[in-house]
Amino acid sequence: MAEDSVKLLGYWVSPYSLKVKWALKLKGIQYQYVEEDLQNKSPMLLQYNPVYKKIPVLVHDDKPLAESLIILEYIDEVWKQNPLLPIDPYERAKARFWAKFVDDKCVPALMAAFTKKGEEQERAVKEAHENFKILESGLEGKRFFGGETIGFVDIAAGWLGCWAQMTGEIIGIKLIDAETMPLLDSWFQDFLGIPLIKECMPPQDKLLEHIKELHKKF
Amino acid sequence: MAKNDVKLLGIWASPFVMRARISLNIKSVNYEFLEETVGSKSELLLQSNPVHKKVPVLIHGDKPICESLVIVQYIDEVWTSGPSILSADHYDRAIQRFWAAYLDDKWFPAMRRIRGAQGEERQELVDQVVEGLALLEEAFGKYSKGKAFFGGDQIGFIDIAFGSLLGWLRVTEKVGEVKLLDEAKTPGLVKWADCFCADAAVKSVMPETEKLIEFSKFLMAKMKGAPSPKN
Repeated sequence: MAEDSVKLLGYWVSPYSLKVKWALKLKGIQYQYVEEDLQNKSPMLLQYNPVYKKIPVLVHDDKPLAESLIILEYIDEVWKQNPLLPIDPYERAKARFWAKFVDDKCVPALMAAFTKKGEEQERAVKEAHENFKILESGLEGKRFFGGETIGFVDIAAGWLGCWAQMTGEIIGIKLIDAETMPLLDSWFQDFLGIPLIKECMPPQDKLLEHIKELHKKF
Repeated sequence: MAKNDVKLLGIWASPFVMRARISLNIKSVNYEFLEETVGSKSELLLQSNPVHKKVPVLIHGDKPICESLVIVQYIDEVWTSGPSILSADHYDRAIQRFWAAYLDDKWFPAMRRIRGAQGEERQELVDQVVEGLALLEEAFGKYSKGKAFFGGDQIGFIDIAFGSLLGWLRVTEKVGEVKLLDEAKTPGLVKWADCFCADAAVKSVMPETEKLIEFSKFLMAKMKGAPSPKN
C-alpha cells in the first residue's frame, strides 16, 4: 500500500501515538508520520480531530480517525496480517475489556501518582499497585496477553511498563514491584524487549528528561 | 438457544444494562434477566465481574462478558443471523465506536454531574452537554442520511449507545430544570429520540422518566443515610 495513503499525526512523548506506531510496524504498513507540536496544533490536526483536538490521528485515504484503541481496531480490520485481536468473540470481548481497564483505571492512577503529592499521592500509588495486580490476572499465566505472540492488549498496555518505571524513578516510589507482581513484571520486560517494539520507542534518555521537566510543574 | 444459556445481570434503571437488552432484543435472543438488588451485590455478580463488581454482565453459557459496549459488540459478533448492530464498513464501524466512546468518556459524565453542581460549575457542565448535543446533531445528519436512526433504517451502535442515555437525560432536564435537548437547536435529535423510544427493541426496556426520578431520589437518600462506602 502506498505510503501516502496512510498518515499518522503523533507526538514523540505520547504513549498513545506509540501504540499506533507499534500496530503499523507489526503489520508492516508504510505510512507518513507527522510530528505535532502540541503547544501549537496544526490546522490539519484541528480539522481531522475537531472533537478532541488530540493526537494520535490516523488518516487513511483522506479519512481521519481518532482515539488510539479505535485506531488499533481499525488497523486490525483493514490489514489482516499479524492479527491483533483473536477470532473468537469471547476472547475478543476479554481483550477489549482489558484494553479499556488500562485506560479507565491504570492510566488515571498512574497520572495521579505523577501529579499529586502527600496523601493523595499515597492513595494514587496504592490504587496503581492494585490495578496493576488486577491487570496481571488478565494475563491468565500466559507469556503475553495475545498468547505466544503479542496482540491487542499487549500493545494497548505494554507501554505502561516503561512509563510506570520512569514515574516510579521520578517520584521515588516503585510502581511495578517484581516481588508482588512477578508475572506482570516479566511480561513488561518481555514485551519491551521485542525488537520492533524497542525500535519504535522514543529515545529513553530524552524521554526521561522530558518527563522530569514535566514533573516540575506539579 | 435455550433461554437459560443466556443470562443478563442488571438493574432496570441502568442505561448500560439497557444497551445489552436492546441488543439482545434486536437479535431476538431469549435470555433470562436477573435483577440485582440495589445496595447489595449477588454472589453471581461478584463472581462474574470480580474486577468492577458492576452490571451489566452477560453470561453466555458459563462465559461472563462485562462492560456495556463490549457486551453489545459481543452480541453483534455471536448472533450473526439477526440484523447487524455495527456497520460492515471498517471506517464506519470505527466512527460508530468513536461516538459511543465519546458519549461514555465525555458527554454522559458531564451530564450526570449537572444535578449535583452549582453556579459556574453547573453552567459549564450544561454548556458542555449542549455543545456535545450540537456535535451529535451534526453526526446524526451525516450518518442517518435522512433515515430515522444513526444506523439508517435500523437501530445501530450509536443509537444504542446514545438512546440508552435518554432516560437519565430527561431526569436531568426535569429535576435540574434545564433544557438540554432543544427542538430549536437539535431538531434532528429530538425526532430521533422519539423514533428510538418507539422502536420495538427499545420500548419494553426504556424506563419511564417518573420512575427514574423516584429511583434517583431513593439513591440520593440512601447515599446521605448510608455510612461511608468501602469496596
